[in-house]
Amino acid sequence: MPPEVALACRAVVKRYADVVAVDGLDLQVFRGECFGLLGPNGAGKTTTIEMLEGLLTPDAGEVEVLGQRWADAGTALRPRLGIQLQETQLADKLSVSETLRLFRAFYPSGRSVPELLALVGLESKAGAWVGKLSGGQRQRLSVACALAGNPDVLFLDEPTTGLDPQSRLQLWDVLRRFKAGGGTIVLTTHYMDEAATLCDRIGVVDRGKLIALGTPDALVQSLGTAHVVEVTFEGGTPPPGAWFTGLPGVVEARVAEGVVTLGSSAIHATIPAVLTALAEAGAAVQELRTHSATLEDVFVALTGRHLRDG
Amino acid sequence: MAERHASTFLASLRELTLARIREFLREPEAVFWVFGFPVIMTIALGIAFRSRTDEPVIVAVERVAGADAVLAALAGAGGFVVRDVPVSGVERALRDGIVQVVIVPGTPASYRFDPARAESQVARLAVDRVLQQAAGRRDAFTPREDAVRAVGSRYIDWLVPGLLGMNIMGTGMWSTSFAIVTARTRKLLKRFAATPMPRAAYLAALIGSRLAFLVLEGVVLVAFAWLSFDVVVHGSLAALAVVSLLGALAFGGIALLVASRARTVEGVSGLLNLVMLPMWVFSGVFFASSNFPEAMQPFVQALPLTALNDALRGVMNDGETLAGLWRELALLAAWGGVSFAAALKLFRWA
Repeated sequence: MPPEVALACRAVVKRYADVVAVDGLDLQVFRGECFGLLGPNGAGKTTTIEMLEGLLTPDAGEVEVLGQRWADAGTALRPRLGIQLQETQLADKLSVSETLRLFRAFYPSGRSVPELLALVGLESKAGAWVGKLSGGQRQRLSVACALAGNPDVLFLDEPTTGLDPQSRLQLWDVLRRFKAGGGTIVLTTHYMDEAATLCDRIGVVDRGKLIALGTPDALVQSLGTAHVVEVTFEGGTPPPGAWFTGLPGVVEARVAEGVVTLGSSAIHATIPAVLTALAEAGAAVQELRTHSATLEDVFVALTGRHLRDG
Repeated sequence: MAERHASTFLASLRELTLARIREFLREPEAVFWVFGFPVIMTIALGIAFRSRTDEPVIVAVERVAGADAVLAALAGAGGFVVRDVPVSGVERALRDGIVQVVIVPGTPASYRFDPARAESQVARLAVDRVLQQAAGRRDAFTPREDAVRAVGSRYIDWLVPGLLGMNIMGTGMWSTSFAIVTARTRKLLKRFAATPMPRAAYLAALIGSRLAFLVLEGVVLVAFAWLSFDVVVHGSLAALAVVSLLGALAFGGIALLVASRARTVEGVSGLLNLVMLPMWVFSGVFFASSNFPEAMQPFVQALPLTALNDALRGVMNDGETLAGLWRELALLAAWGGVSFAAALKLFRWA
């Protein structure tokens, strides 16, 4: 049995005054999966997720949520979705539990306030004003508000941007529990580790287009290189990329901003060979680093830019 | 399904109203402006416009021949204060209200005064009477005077309902529209729009929370005026409450409309002033709206604050019943209803 489709975009286009934010995007998200939209700032992630959320109307193409369209079934869809927006500032002078009670009141059914507090680990802050919370606590409260109606689908727009590592881990836990309960998650992020850890499948978005789609492992494997070697040199310009391509295990070689980046399928053969060849050529190596290929490398290979470059 | 919808609406309305009331009460400055300001205003105006029965007439006499005779006549009559004003400063003294009339002795004497100022006109008449009598005029008869000093017919009695009306307008407009624009800039409205919250419930809660504050505000102002100036309510308190509530509903609706599109606090402040300024001037807060020309009356009478002030004065000063004020009340309800519907249509959530 094929997996049930929870969300679908077909040839979706959204233009703003002078930019095409989303440019013919096709996408499917299945029931029960965690789907990540990965891309740099301004790639069109927020515009895409807000069209799925029914907050923006596409200029062209179709959006379907739980088998229905926003224009036909907007009021029926709303209670089934939990939405967390990137820029919302909740009222500072309401307490955590007052805020949750407010959001809970908007839904015909859902979780109780104590349940929500427990879900995001804010029991001890129930009576505290929102204005007194830390960034991580606020973000967890924001997710708790999105969970108030016990949604089928949870949308999160850059939920961990600006959070400290511990807060990120806590929030990831909340999302894993939601997913374990059968929920579908769509999140945007520009943290590749977040996408790799949380998401079953990832869509890489750049300049309004989907440029790659698959599980994190499949995306990394598509590079054809399990490892990446980066070499910098003391003074002078590095040798051209072609100089490295004949060496053992080297699948791909690029030079950018003084850094030679080699994709390798056999790291144990590549490193000694590279060092020997460079020593023979008299090039002074300043630093040699190696890591397993990541989604970041996928993004760089696809676009020639880093995720954080924006 | 419809029943479930109605219960979500009521639950949303209740929680939104409570949230608004809580937020307001946790903002000390807002509490001061809503409750303290009208009282301070009443004190200030009560002092400025207190009933002046034996206020002296302030005059200046130019030091030319005959001045001594004029001064002697004024001193003999009593009730005049003579100020020394140099000849070069006469214009300025009149303009600034330092003196009300300047007497230039001579045959005949001449009076310099500003006919646009009531007190200047009164001073001219008082001076003229004394000087004419000193020159030998005999009054044709001496009228019997019956000064009205009864509670209920003083300026302050007329002023307090106007202040109450102005306050219902002002605090309602400012607090409601600021709450909306703040929530909009914080993207809270967008967040609410992403939930199944009934949108009319959000707008209704803003008005509903205003009614809760109004009860306190109105009670503070009316009680203060009663305790310190003996201003009494001639009609029923229930009628006064109904008129005030309807006024608050009307201005709540107008505030929603004014703030329905604005993206910044600065933007909405400008709009509020634009909307309220004509009503401060034309709607009979400090002086009767009937002072404006006949041609303007249809406009003046259509303003919601005119209707509110007329209705408040009807209840407080004339003891009118609600039935007798149906025109004003209908106008207020229409302003509120139409503005609410228009605001719901125009409202910018994102």
